[in-house]
Amino acid sequence: MCRRLARMSGQSLFARLEPLLPRVRRPVQYVGGEGNSIVKPWDAAVVRWALMYPDAYEVGLPNQGLQILYEILNEQPDVLAERTYSVWPDLEALLREHDLPQFTVDAHRAVGDFDLFGVSFSTELGYTNLLTALDLAGIPLHADRRDDTHPLVIAGGHAAFNPEPIAAFVDAVVLGDGEQAVLGISDVVRAWKSEGAPGGRTELLARLARRQLVYVPAFFDVTYRADARIEAVRPNRSDIPARPSKHTLSDLDSWPYPKAPLVPLAETVHERMSVEIFRGCTRGCRFCQAGMITRPVRERNIETIGAMVDAGLRATGFNEVGLLSLSSADHTEIGTIATELADRYENDKVSLSLPSTRVDAFNVTLANEFSRSGRRSGLTFAPEGGSERLRRVINKMVSAEDLVRTVSTAYAHGWRQVKLYFMCGLPTETDEDVLEIADLARQVIRAGRKASGHRDIRATVSIGGFVPKAHTPFQWAAQASPEVIDARLKLLRDTVRADKEIARAVGFRYHDGRPGAIEGLLARGDRRVGTVIERVWREGGRFDGWTEHFSFERWERACAAELEPLGASLDWFTTREREEREVLPWDHLDAGLDRDWLWADWQEALRGVELDDCRWTPCYDCGVCPTMGTDTQIGPTGRSLLPVIGVSAGGPAAGGGPKPVDGSDPSPVGSAAPA
Amino acid sequence: MPRQPEGPPPPPVVARVRVRFAKRGRLRFLSHRDVARAFERGLRRAQVPMAYSAGFNPHPRISWVGAAPTGAASEAEYVEFALSAPVEPESLRSALDASLPPGLDVLRVVPAGGAPLAERIDASRWQVRLPGVAEPVLRDAVAELLRRDGVEVERATKDGRRRFDVRPAVILADCRAENDTCAILELVARHTTPAVRPDDVLTALDVVAGLRPSAPPEPTRLEQGRLLEDGTLADPLAPDRNDAGRLVGKSSA
Ligand code: SF4
Repeated sequence: MCRRLARMSGQSLFARLEPLLPRVRRPVQYVGGEGNSIVKPWDAAVVRWALMYPDAYEVGLPNQGLQILYEILNEQPDVLAERTYSVWPDLEALLREHDLPQFTVDAHRAVGDFDLFGVSFSTELGYTNLLTALDLAGIPLHADRRDDTHPLVIAGGHAAFNPEPIAAFVDAVVLGDGEQAVLGISDVVRAWKSEGAPGGRTELLARLARRQLVYVPAFFDVTYRADARIEAVRPNRSDIPARPSKHTLSDLDSWPYPKAPLVPLAETVHERMSVEIFRGCTRGCRFCQAGMITRPVRERNIETIGAMVDAGLRATGFNEVGLLSLSSADHTEIGTIATELADRYENDKVSLSLPSTRVDAFNVTLANEFSRSGRRSGLTFAPEGGSERLRRVINKMVSAEDLVRTVSTAYAHGWRQVKLYFMCGLPTETDEDVLEIADLARQVIRAGRKASGHRDIRATVSIGGFVPKAHTPFQWAAQASPEVIDARLKLLRDTVRADKEIARAVGFRYHDGRPGAIEGLLARGDRRVGTVIERVWREGGRFDGWTEHFSFERWERACAAELEPLGASLDWFTTREREEREVLPWDHLDAGLDRDWLWADWQEALRGVELDDCRWTPCYDCGVCPTMGTDTQIGPTGRSLLPVIGVSAGGPAAGGGPKPVDGSDPSPVGSAAPA
Repeated sequence: MPRQPEGPPPPPVVARVRVRFAKRGRLRFLSHRDVARAFERGLRRAQVPMAYSAGFNPHPRISWVGAAPTGAASEAEYVEFALSAPVEPESLRSALDASLPPGLDVLRVVPAGGAPLAERIDASRWQVRLPGVAEPVLRDAVAELLRRDGVEVERATKDGRRRFDVRPAVILADCRAENDTCAILELVARHTTPAVRPDDVLTALDVVAGLRPSAPPEPTRLEQGRLLEDGTLADPLAPDRNDAGRLVGKSSA
């Protein structure tokens, strides 16, 4: 196939793809045709986006960020957006054998035909999948090898807040909320194309950077010191901002997306509809990157939420709704929302869920509302740290008494199982801190037996390895090595097993710590880590978020080959604590957080000093609101759900079921949503 | 004391309807589970008054009759719904059809009566497009298959590899040419256990005559029903069809 000729054709490749599909696993994931998906004529659009979630379809399809951007872009009359996901190795091999490119699932067009290729990263472990997609699309892996016939490759998502490890592979990066950014980018591309594409892609990128829409890695040079640390990151043009900054969407009530969520034909990891009830979190958990980079808190009000739930259910036929946010029980009107939604859907076989892990009795009350007539299987609480001391370090203030009181309430209300979530490898952590998890588990089981009146009580202790992330107070911290984490968890497991009282009541879940080391490398890496990613990919690295595909040895080998000649290493990037004045790879990117505040908070962490939530106490000047010109937007508004018309009233009216989508009704959204 | 679901028990079943639908085009890649999920959502969107099972986790009462395999298209899939309110069959048909993705097309809805659907279906008529296979080659292979008394094939199932005889299920096998490079196989297959599918018949053609299509075959189920003496199939909805047009539920109440 001649790629150059094919470009701009936008032709469907389905006829050539179809004969390959019976030969791959679960072909339905590649056929498109989802409910509420949109296919526009190629020639009717001036600006064309291919949007990718760089993981398998079953994980990528439910991603709210991508669904939001897909719908917003397609609402523009002269903009077209289609979706693409990572193909599994079986199809990758067939595409290569038959000379077929990375394709979109909507109209099965070649990704290389589009103007823009936007890739949303929730996790750093998707980086090798980006390279597969670029290579299959016929787009040179390195941005500096691309010419005007290639799409602009734009990264977004939480992981893109430190995009330096993939700086060589992307043309531009969107920081923060993507809704307005993608529209702004489309405007610039439209104008540039209508002028006849003056100055080629470099001029286009410069315009985007000048308009403060994107960060263009190529417009910044990085120099290094003899000890391998970064000396400086400086812009190499004078006409662009020296500190690209994040986008913050204000007034989420005006952006009730997705209005018509996608309804997949294939089975996916979340078989439900999601409504994002607020964005941002100021609880100030020091390990939590999502909480830091999505500030300030911006709530949707109860009316918008009610309308989004209603319209989304009508448009999709889903029977489960998740009310998403970083800490859903914190919504100022959550009590009313829970009661009124539960009332509204009581007889409709719609189940509601609130993915909240807050340790308090109110949270149990909310869960009770949502399970009035449903099964009460399990509730999850996240104390995160095993000891009270450690919980002060991470600013997750929950006492053992709080936890016992909360789980007692849960068991007394008929909940059968409690899941407790902890992290291991936190800064200052010792063996003793981790062993206190066993004490907590014992207290929980005892409380459960007492509250429920029977012995058959179960709790699951689920433990994740802590990975320090950019733009958090722990960005300077040393990451614990997989060996340290594994040893501590073995100790904990042995302790629990040796305790006859609880051994059989406590389930223990812990995943291999080694992917966490690689996640840490990619999360705090600089541009030199790009060569590691590329080497791993060339040696077959794919789907690193999947245990059966992840190879730690492959990453170790690549680190040794690429980093050690530079005086760095996997350990240097992960287990090394940084000093205050060390230039961090992402320091030139503005997430709104004041660096001095982050450092001060890191010092407070080491002293075990807590910090309150700025929603209920005075602002502590983290920097976000003044820097970004935003404000915390919370209720309560004192309003109620608006009544909905004719939910499940009567049978199918003669003349067709309710057709989805007219665009006027607000509907669902889910988790935070950068490009 | 374990919790009981609150509220009244589910409303009683007042009617049942039988539905014939097609699985077409790219939706042939749907598995049975995918089809079932799409129907549950489509029924909700169309606001069909389904009857539900009791308990904490109520399910709409839907009975499926043997589904076409993943990758096979079909013009003749059948399903039965239990309803909690009377419904006019044609409005149910058009409402449900509009609520399902294009490619899952609702062809006919009739009130259910008489014998269970499963008792009215014991065979399928298939058409298999064989791109890359010339008609004379197929004709010879089919003749060889029909000459045999038994042909064992193997297929990977959920419970490991299974061996079974294809031959008794094959009632009729006819060949045509779509053009010089694409043959069409028309099959009537009795529903045996395990169900013999078109790909099993193709495996058998490989076993007896070394037929190996260079491109994936494209099977479509054209009909299901009771096998008659002359090799044709009786329409399983024919006995119900006289009732069509009546308000389902009213008549059976
Ligand atoms: S600037 Fe103040 S009010 Fe705004 S998020 Fe930071 S601490 Fe909270």
